[in-house]
Amino acid sequence: MEIQAKSADRNLLLEFSGELDHHGARNALREVELTIDAALPKTLLLDFGGVTFMDSSGIALILRAQQRMQLLDGSVAVCNVPPQARRVLDAAGISRLVTIR
Amino acid sequence: MKSKAINEISLEFPSRSSNEGFARSAVACFAAQADPTLNELEDIKTAVSEAVTNAIVHGYPDSIGKVLIKVRLYSGNVLEIIVRDRGRGIQDVEKAREPMFTTGGAERSGMGFTIMESFMDALTVRSVPGRGTSVTMKKKLAPRVKAGT
Repeated sequence: MEIQAKSADRNLLLEFSGELDHHGARNALREVELTIDAALPKTLLLDFGGVTFMDSSGIALILRAQQRMQLLDGSVAVCNVPPQARRVLDAAGISRLVTIR
Repeated sequence: MKSKAINEISLEFPSRSSNEGFARSAVACFAAQADPTLNELEDIKTAVSEAVTNAIVHGYPDSIGKVLIKVRLYSGNVLEIIVRDRGRGIQDVEKAREPMFTTGGAERSGMGFTIMESFMDALTVRSVPGRGTSVTMKKKLAPRVKAGT
């Protein structure tokens, strides 16, 4: 699991690549929090375009990022979700909680 | 009466999170002989990933123990996957199966069983506190029309 961060004008973009399972999410979760705390963004965009596999660990990561952004009065969206990861998000009803585009 | 499996495999590995990828890929490789669609294969991988993660996180929270997987293929393209640990067990299985319920802290979403249920046709969870947990999942793979017939 790799994360590329791009920040401009308090808009933070995090690009994920690799397998987002429990093993991969352990470090990813920490990295996401540290990056949010450093950038203090108004908007956070999680780009899942490079995610080759995702299970419920990805849901925990999205919800955690959302909690962090709520503390900053900011917003979160997830984009470029591949079909397998999309089915996981749909099975959990996550689109009711987080913007997916 | 239970019919005999056409083919079966057993896997055993230590409950290290680095084995999660191996476990789901190995089961998917075995399932490939039943000619599943890409979607079915991904659903199987996802469900196995959830069950194995549960065994690792909840079965053996403070130690490394053994995770066992049995996969059986029955006639009619029915796949049965059993993921078992001899760990701590689940106090209240019904509660554990509720969406968003977790004892795993902020790292976990509590959606594991919900995803297993939604991606497989049947899910049975048996657990004895102190003795371990066994998760049995079944999925009937859609028959496919062979090219040229």
